Amino acid sequence: MDQIIVQVLNGLDKGSAYALIALGLTLIFGTLGVVNFAHGALFMLGAFCAVIFSRILSLSHEIVDETRTDFLGNPMKIDVPYMHDIFGPELGASIIDWAVPLSILFSIPIMVGIGFAMERGLIKHFYKRPHADQILVTFGLAIVLQEIIKAFFGANPIQTPAPEAFTGSFDFGVLLGFDPLTIMYPYWRLVYFAFAALIIGAVFAFLQFTTFGMVVRAGMADRETVGLLGIDIDRRFTLMFAIAACVAGLAGVMYAPIVAPNYHMGMDFLVLSFVVVVVGGMGSLPGAVFAGFLLGILESFASMPAVVQLLPGINQIVIYLVAIIILLTRPRGLMGRKGVMEE
Amino acid sequence: MLGIKGKDLSVFILVAVLALLAPFLLNPFPVDSAMAQFNAGYPDLMQRFVIFGIFAIGFNILFGLTGYLSFGHAAFLGVGSYAAIWMMKLVSLNIVPGIIMAIVFAGLFSVLVGYISLRRSGIYFSILTLAFAQMSYALAYSVLTPITGGETGLQIKPGDTPLLSNVAEGEIGRANFFGLEMSDSSVITLGGWEFTMNVGYYVCAVVMIAAFYLAIRIFRSPFGMMLRAVKSNQQRMNYTGLNSKPYTLAAFVISGMYAGLAGGLMVAMDTQVGPERMFWTASGEVVLMTILGGAGTLIGPVLGAGFIKYMENIVSKINSTVLHEWFAFLPDGMEDFLVTIFYPFVGKGWHLTLGLMFMAVVIFLPGGLVQGGQKIAAMFRGKKAAEKDGKTANQQTPAE
Repeated sequence: MDQIIVQVLNGLDKGSAYALIALGLTLIFGTLGVVNFAHGALFMLGAFCAVIFSRILSLSHEIVDETRTDFLGNPMKIDVPYMHDIFGPELGASIIDWAVPLSILFSIPIMVGIGFAMERGLIKHFYKRPHADQILVTFGLAIVLQEIIKAFFGANPIQTPAPEAFTGSFDFGVLLGFDPLTIMYPYWRLVYFAFAALIIGAVFAFLQFTTFGMVVRAGMADRETVGLLGIDIDRRFTLMFAIAACVAGLAGVMYAPIVAPNYHMGMDFLVLSFVVVVVGGMGSLPGAVFAGFLLGILESFASMPAVVQLLPGINQIVIYLVAIIILLTRPRGLMGRKGVMEE
Repeated sequence: MLGIKGKDLSVFILVAVLALLAPFLLNPFPVDSAMAQFNAGYPDLMQRFVIFGIFAIGFNILFGLTGYLSFGHAAFLGVGSYAAIWMMKLVSLNIVPGIIMAIVFAGLFSVLVGYISLRRSGIYFSILTLAFAQMSYALAYSVLTPITGGETGLQIKPGDTPLLSNVAEGEIGRANFFGLEMSDSSVITLGGWEFTMNVGYYVCAVVMIAAFYLAIRIFRSPFGMMLRAVKSNQQRMNYTGLNSKPYTLAAFVISGMYAGLAGGLMVAMDTQVGPERMFWTASGEVVLMTILGGAGTLIGPVLGAGFIKYMENIVSKINSTVLHEWFAFLPDGMEDFLVTIFYPFVGKGWHLTLGLMFMAVVIFLPGGLVQGGQKIAAMFRGKKAAEKDGKTANQQTPAE
């Protein structure tokens, strides 16, 4: 029993990332009808927003501390981050410590800006082109984005720690009446899951309860009619693209402490996220979220030692296997709508 | 001649001549000159040109004709490679059985993958093939280690004694073609120029020419016509009572066998193989080659493969010293400025250049380099000729 709970919990954080990326992909697909292979790159850019922001925060200058001396007997030089000068040592230190959560604020405008530029600059010209062309041009864009990041930050992963307060693990076992130390779960993953749930909830609420969201949903159902009613649907769809980019970016920002960001993390997630979207059903938002968590949890179950012993290698391929089975038995995916991308 | 005529024949002859004279054509600069780094006439690179050419020709039979975009073709290349290396380790160091087995195994595997994946089309097909390829990669990397050698891959080792070849104790067997060793080359020196004629390259080149010939025949056959019909309007095809499935499956298997052939040749040239050959970026690469050259055209994939491999080799060799040499004639500040601008795009930044180039091609030249060439040719011939040319081109290739 405790094993099962551990695996479900382990699956949640990866599942959250899948769900967030897949949600953005589905939003873009449902609104603009564009297959965006650069979505993984947006996730990666988000993670690097966290890196950049924490670097900006820890920018420092050198001062000479007369009271202490180094091993040669000279006055010691120490680096003092500018944050300490501005906010005082204590507040400054904690601001630097909280760099990753704070970079959410920093990354929202950046990701929205990138999304907006991408849609207006590139995707707009590909509405009418075949899906193959859309895949190819966004694939090219993904290569370009990740190479730019590589040029600036190098090929090695960059450690971006979570705030001090979240570094430990939470003992779930005690809460549920098991022995202590049986079900340990890092705090930050818990935060990530809560954050993902919050974002997903916010996107759904936005679409469901605002006038803007209503118009967008109407546009997803029948773009032409909405246009005929005198609504500038293109502008709203552009904004939806920016929101989708932002969702992917935020998923990346918060993921930075879990896996140290490197330039190809986006591609690694992209392939799986596409599988998630297809399993959930192209164009179905709840499907994307559901399939994201489902596949994340399945993946972690498949990596249990007992399962791996029984079926060697299953942990590597379970997602693809599930995708193949679902696509062949339920061609529209788990929650696909009729008539969306049937062919 | 040979059952092909007109434009196709001239294209075929062009490719054959280019392939056979490549050691000379690709070495236009004397060895000592500053331009020598643009020479591409060394065996390793030329072999890659033609092998990836074969891979792309095969991919084009599927994507160019039927429009099914497979994102998992590298899996067949990998399967072919593994089959070939096992034949060489166990049966014979002669490359022929290895290559045959590579084609057979890749073909069988593509029957399996194709049969399942072709039940869907469009993006679902792409995802299914991608899923299969990633699965093969993951399995080759982990569980199938006894067969695939896992992360380190497989090489011909000193202990390998193939049944039909005489390999002395402790000696590392070398791939050969009825006694001719693949790594044998003869170097011709003419003045400052050096030309390397390599056995392995010529084996590959002859195979590529044969593969290209077969592709032309497929393109112009009734079967090829059927495949174009699948691309242009599958529904209508079904309404006329034709079942398109066997045709697409046949195309899929043929292109899988081409990939296997390429994989077998790769092993024949360089007797090692690793799972990274099956990774999905490798599948992406062949898509890039085909699109860059011009999908659905005969010569496009060959051009694309050559172009990408050439650029990869040459551009990634340029470093900041070379850049400084180039811009040395400029004033210092200007020189540093230009070097700083160009530096991210060369050397390790080659993929950035590739990505930008690829985007530019998809955006501005959906027909690839071939279309670019046609446009330029039309510009020179004047407007009227261009219109006429455009019309005939459209008639000849309805698949576009």
